[in-house]
Amino acid sequence: MMKDDVILKVENLSKQYRLGLVGTGTISHDFNRFLARIRGKEDPYLKIGESNDRSTKGTSEYVWALKDINFEVKRGEILGIIGKNGAGKSTLLKILSKVTGPTTGAIKSKGRIASLLEVGTGFHPEMTGKENIFLNGAILGMTKKEIASKLDEIIEFSGCERYVETPVKRYSSGMKVRLAFAVAAFLEPDILVVDEVLAVGDAEFQKKAIGKMQDISSQGGRTVLFVSHDMGAIQNLCSRLLVLGIGKIDYDGEVKKGIDSYLNGYNILFDSKGFVHLEKPKNTTCFVKSISLLNKDSQITNSIFMGDLLTLLFDVECKSKLDDFEISVFVRLSNGEKIFAIKSSEQLNSKLNVSSNFNLKIDINDMNLMPNDYFIAIAYAIDSVNVLRQEDCIGFKILPNIVSKSNKIINATGEMVFFNCDYTLIYD
Amino acid sequence: MQQKWLFVITPKTKLIDLNLKEVWQYRDLLMLFVKRDVITLYKQTILGPLWYLIQPLFTSVIFTLVFNNVAGIQTGVIPPFLFNLAGITTWNYFKECLTATSDTFKKNEQIFGKVYFPRIIMPMSIVLSNLLKFGIQLLILIAFYLYYALYAGAAIRPSEYLFLFPVLVLCMGMLGLGLGMIISSMVTKYRDLTFLVSFGIQLLMYISLVVIPLSLFQEKGVEWLVMYNPMGYIIEMARYLLLNEGNISQFGIIYTIVSSILALLFGIVIFNKTEKTFIDTI
Repeated sequence: MMKDDVILKVENLSKQYRLGLVGTGTISHDFNRFLARIRGKEDPYLKIGESNDRSTKGTSEYVWALKDINFEVKRGEILGIIGKNGAGKSTLLKILSKVTGPTTGAIKSKGRIASLLEVGTGFHPEMTGKENIFLNGAILGMTKKEIASKLDEIIEFSGCERYVETPVKRYSSGMKVRLAFAVAAFLEPDILVVDEVLAVGDAEFQKKAIGKMQDISSQGGRTVLFVSHDMGAIQNLCSRLLVLGIGKIDYDGEVKKGIDSYLNGYNILFDSKGFVHLEKPKNTTCFVKSISLLNKDSQITNSIFMGDLLTLLFDVECKSKLDDFEISVFVRLSNGEKIFAIKSSEQLNSKLNVSSNFNLKIDINDMNLMPNDYFIAIAYAIDSVNVLRQEDCIGFKILPNIVSKSNKIINATGEMVFFNCDYTLIYD
Repeated sequence: MQQKWLFVITPKTKLIDLNLKEVWQYRDLLMLFVKRDVITLYKQTILGPLWYLIQPLFTSVIFTLVFNNVAGIQTGVIPPFLFNLAGITTWNYFKECLTATSDTFKKNEQIFGKVYFPRIIMPMSIVLSNLLKFGIQLLILIAFYLYYALYAGAAIRPSEYLFLFPVLVLCMGMLGLGLGMIISSMVTKYRDLTFLVSFGIQLLMYISLVVIPLSLFQEKGVEWLVMYNPMGYIIEMARYLLLNEGNISQFGIIYTIVSSILALLFGIVIFNKTEKTFIDTI
């Protein structure tokens, strides 16, 4: 088998969507299209359309979810695809898996493509696990004989042996994913498309699933397209990375570099350096409007010196009286690795009572994280009910600084935290 | 290097793009869908598959009471109950095929949005699983048939053309599948049709000769009401084959077969056109 054998080729692929409601106006557009077609002309609505930037108000009701995408995938490659919400990842996968057609352009493939179903789609809740294995396998394109010959392996891999004769509606969501993944893993397509399914399932299973995907590509010589927000998994698994911007390819190449360039793109989340607005979640009387990061001089910033004070300032809009407001802050590395969490429920010995709009200030003294880029996720809950969890909503940089008594700048050699210690010499 | 592609995905579609080879490859899926429909329909019910029998029986009892006893519709030598049961059993097959297939895209949005398989498998499986249901209902019809013929002494006998009954079932299948696919394709964009189907099918029953024989329409001079309805001919022919009662004409036979085939072809064309991008509009 040739190593640089191109198995999948995407050429000038574009996909246009119409925004807004389907109503009577749609009929007139359909009619114009029909007129153009019978006169042998091009679809008049293909010439218009804007890039799909959801935050700006557009003038056209047509947007391009994907615009002139070109790339090739070689046999045996594990291609990671990342991108912000709305970048077109799902659209691309949908076209690849033939769920919807492209507006223009073409995809050429030398192998069977199969996509991994999201949690339990295609499972019938009333049927047993075993029956669902057959059904799901057949949906994915296997014949009954193929499935029967692999049934024992599938059941073993899923780890749901005890439940195979039980209706799937009695399964936990994790078990459904296990079963779904197990079926797909033994599918043996030439190209496997995986879309963020691994988010569910426990650590043990995720490890198993990632291992299986590596096996699929290294031993089976098969190709995997893997879409995820989990930078850790992408880094572990993929041999090449594609970063999608709004409808176009921003980056195509080496994985680590790609993740870095993608996460640096997060800077657009910073309103004016270290200040970010959050969207209002639905159905809540109380929500965090914005977060800002302050340095020891109370200036808004997104970079502080190692060892200094870092202040998080939350601007909260509150329209009713609440007895129990909890807020948690999670700090992570760019690859998703968790560093620490601050939870108001753990840090305070009484609950936060709030009644009207307020600002909440959290001071983190002695920020002894090593110089690096960090990202903050926040979550808050009212009366122990989670309102919102926002991943990577703001980032900050720790700059090198003199923090030890030696007056030396600490150089990180892969460590993440620094502690100042007291040394005492003791002789007998 | 010579590039040989296994398949190419492009926006252009041919008018008739029914890839029969692909459908054949997915035949196991077709059978599994049929199995799924059959075994899951009455899960967690006490009477289970008995419901298959209760529906036509009760409807026939009510129809007999209302139309024959109260309204006084004559059915000749045929016992009214058997007359109605034969009509309803046949009609039900068409009705179930049409209503279930007309919902194909909307009902399966979830799974269609995630994975590709020839979409036509889904409506085909519905027509097939209903065939099984129809078979069970035919058994109950036969049971009552025998009861009336042997114990009640009714002068009934099947027509010598009874062997043509499967052709009639095939016509109904094609008609239900074809119309259902047309409707399901249009429903993806304009939901109005959903409302039309649910009450339209009720109205259609009355002009499909299910309870009122063709002779009565002719007698009252309103034959035009049923003349252009292929289902009317099918029900009348079904009763002719089963009970040797009713009028059939050469025109009716040809009209039924031609319109069934046309409905199916037209359905396939529209369905194929829709399946590629319906997920964007539904």
